Amino acid sequence: MKLMANEQDFSVIFELSKEGRKGYHLPDLDVEDLNLDEEFSNEYIRKDAPDLPEVSELQIMRHYTALSTRNHGVDSGFYPLGSCTMKYNPKINEDIARIPGFSMVHPYQEETSVQGALALMYDLQESLSEITGMDSVTLQSAAGAQGEWTGLMMIRAFHEANGDDHRTKVIVPDSAHGTNPASVTVAGLEAVTVKSNENGLVDLEDLKRVVDENTAALMLTNPNTLGLFEEHILEMAKILHDAGGRLYYDGANLNAIMGYTRPGDMGFDVVHLNLHKTFTGPHGGGGPGSGPVGVTKELAPYLPKPLVSKRDSGEYFFEYDRPQSIGRIKPYYGNFGINVRAYTYIRSMGPDGLKQVSENAVLNANYMMRRLEEEFELPFNQHCKHEFVLSGKNQKKMGVRTLDMAKRLLDFGYHPPTIYFPLNVEEALMVEPTETEAKETLDEFIDAMIQISNEAKEDPEKVQEAPHTTVVDRMDETTAARKPVLRFYREE
Amino acid sequence: MQHRYIPMTDQDRKEMLDTIGVSSTEELFQDIPKEVRFEGELNIKPAKSEYELTKELTELAEKNSHSNSHTSFLGAGVYQHYIPSIVDHVISRSEFYTAYTPYQPEISQGELQAIFEFQTMVCEMTGMEVANSSMYDGGTALAEAVNLSAGQTKKKKVLVSKAIHPESMDVIYTYAKGFNLEIVEIDHQNGLTDLDQLKSELDDETASVVIQYPNFFGQVEPLKEVEAMLEDQKKTMMIVSSNPLALGYLTPPGEFGADIVVGDTQVFGIPTQFGGPHCGYFATTKKLMRKVPGRLVGQTVDEEGRRGFVLTLQAREQHIRRDKATSNICSNQALNALASSVAMTALGKEGVREMAELNMKKARYAKKSFEKAGFETLHDGAFFNEFIVKLNKPVSEVNEMLLQKGFIGGYDLGRNNSSLENHMLVAVTEVRSKEEINQFVKEVGEANG
Repeated sequence: MKLMANEQDFSVIFELSKEGRKGYHLPDLDVEDLNLDEEFSNEYIRKDAPDLPEVSELQIMRHYTALSTRNHGVDSGFYPLGSCTMKYNPKINEDIARIPGFSMVHPYQEETSVQGALALMYDLQESLSEITGMDSVTLQSAAGAQGEWTGLMMIRAFHEANGDDHRTKVIVPDSAHGTNPASVTVAGLEAVTVKSNENGLVDLEDLKRVVDENTAALMLTNPNTLGLFEEHILEMAKILHDAGGRLYYDGANLNAIMGYTRPGDMGFDVVHLNLHKTFTGPHGGGGPGSGPVGVTKELAPYLPKPLVSKRDSGEYFFEYDRPQSIGRIKPYYGNFGINVRAYTYIRSMGPDGLKQVSENAVLNANYMMRRLEEEFELPFNQHCKHEFVLSGKNQKKMGVRTLDMAKRLLDFGYHPPTIYFPLNVEEALMVEPTETEAKETLDEFIDAMIQISNEAKEDPEKVQEAPHTTVVDRMDETTAARKPVLRFYREE
Repeated sequence: MQHRYIPMTDQDRKEMLDTIGVSSTEELFQDIPKEVRFEGELNIKPAKSEYELTKELTELAEKNSHSNSHTSFLGAGVYQHYIPSIVDHVISRSEFYTAYTPYQPEISQGELQAIFEFQTMVCEMTGMEVANSSMYDGGTALAEAVNLSAGQTKKKKVLVSKAIHPESMDVIYTYAKGFNLEIVEIDHQNGLTDLDQLKSELDDETASVVIQYPNFFGQVEPLKEVEAMLEDQKKTMMIVSSNPLALGYLTPPGEFGADIVVGDTQVFGIPTQFGGPHCGYFATTKKLMRKVPGRLVGQTVDEEGRRGFVLTLQAREQHIRRDKATSNICSNQALNALASSVAMTALGKEGVREMAELNMKKARYAKKSFEKAGFETLHDGAFFNEFIVKLNKPVSEVNEMLLQKGFIGGYDLGRNNSSLENHMLVAVTEVRSKEEINQFVKEVGEANG
């Protein structure tokens, strides 16, 4: 069924533009007017005005409201996108971040005038240190990927300070997210792959084989991208540490273990967190995120500067005097607005609440996994943590690919799971329900999945041609990449 | 206690555990070895009720001075501007802010189209052919541009004007370390990049020249002359960092042959919020389209021929290229890009110029007022909305006194440059009234003694 909609609702904003319309009211010019053009030589005065839309305020609101109706968020419906932790984004977080005392503070104000902001940052640093079992935390990193790179740069600086410039190899499991090896390269290091074994865990023998005197670090997500806890973590830590390497924790999956175990207790030396995942960021349509990095005492001297510190007098300040710091990784002090939201969340949950988060995230995932394994291939049959990976290879035999099933889920009002990741599972479907979803929601989704699998047997075309109810059908992505149109052009 | 964000009841839990075939959730965590189990309770503050927490954090926020409680003349890369009310109403629609990266185009057309429109607006402002969906901020966008230039030209030397934002300079150094680039800092004279030094350093090994327009001191760099200089070094890229609001009045860098233009759209619709999140933009020539870091949205059609939008050219990106990637960025600042799009839409073609001119006229009034009051100001060149005032004492001392009088003073240039101690960088935007400017000049005079 296709709904007919007002044509204007499908316009690009530039198509609504009409010369002379206004959507703003600026303050008056209350100082003397002057001819600016006299001050500039002619070539620096813009001749062609930027072709921005000229629309009224209501037109703007209708336009973006129409766009929002064509967008699926967590508030719209279930969003079990594996490895992304699409949990509820609490509304109090949004309110707190908008208080003028947080939203209208300037990064270069005198420290005496921002004590409230510094106190919040300090307490967040302390809370994240405690949750991860690390010695200290920087909030400067803007996102998970930047956190990874920051952590690797610190490990690199640590080895260099010890005269170990030859330690350039970073071991990354074959199941790792592509960002891990990319961060390694951008940090000027070299990625080396370690294999997974038949249980979906890092193969210890292969790890021993790849670790040597040139190893800088092992990057690990635990639970890993299959949602499985790396049970041999202490042995892995020992292998690494004995060889002089350091252990890096990708915090993408922290939602599974809060209050149960901490990266620091597992032997990790560096941790990055995704505050937009575990700590309800929100995701914002792709960002902004926030990716704080925690380290052990040994690596603390290399943290980016400045850190927020506290004087004996109780006053907070930015500590710049850090001679071994890797430097600055971002202007100012990180994504403060996101950090305020994460802090509000931590304070809403408390220690008990955070443990309940992980308990229920894991419960939900295991429940779904056990119900779905009746219909879908489960490549690794053991208790999962916060997410699990199914394979669509049974359905593929009937000509229905995982992509088709994902598209069919759209007809039921769901965002599909992550698909074709991790790479070591054929036709992968990675499901992460999170703790904020009710059992009824999980049951309905499971029913839809089972129905789709039945359709694959009885009426495969229905799945292959899905979606049937969305505002657009499948898009021609090939042409999009071959003949890229990356901006709007007016028809002449 | 049953927490309001967690819906499972005891009954639910029992049914679910039965289905799983275990007797308690504890069994689901048995694979975590005892040796690494965390016993006891995390030592963080206990949970607070919604009302109490709001009260506590509101009080904490009130300990900060801010641009609502005080009249601010502070800029240096982050500015207080008019934010149309409509901006927050749009970005508060939770279909936008509770979504993730638009991987499934059929149910993400709203976000995808919004990004496509953002890319178009950035192209229009900068005079460039291609713009991405956004970067973390202006500083990291600039550092990524430097890395791109080195990767593209296969050269390692980069000439960076010291008149760029000092924190961007810091970030360039950190980012460049991974690729072993040689950063050569080019001095400034009279508030402008020393073009003679630039010329003498420019050679066949130079990957790019980095310049800020208008620069950190508010001065408008002569891009035309930089362009001319690069004519003899065709491979060397011209990277320009620009405040996009200034481009409402100034000729955009694209018209001076820039290869990459970056900056921060914080000036359009994004509050200062203690320095982040803001929103970097990244614009290039068409030639560099397939080298651009971050996400790109492209227009296409669906199976029925209807216009639609998708993430495209993903082969460039880290999750495909893995260790062959030249950038590891995987997010963008979508929500802030949306805020800037709404603000740019509200201002429109006329409004960006009007707003830019208001900044310039009010800043000139303020500069003259300082001069009339007997202050020495630095530099006579063409400038945007910032200028330098020389004081008799440390800027922070004056700023502490100004805070008592209800003002947030300008940036302390002595922070980064000992030769500029006692020099204040004053920013004047369209939101400052004549009366506020007059009062500020008077108060700075009194504080200065």
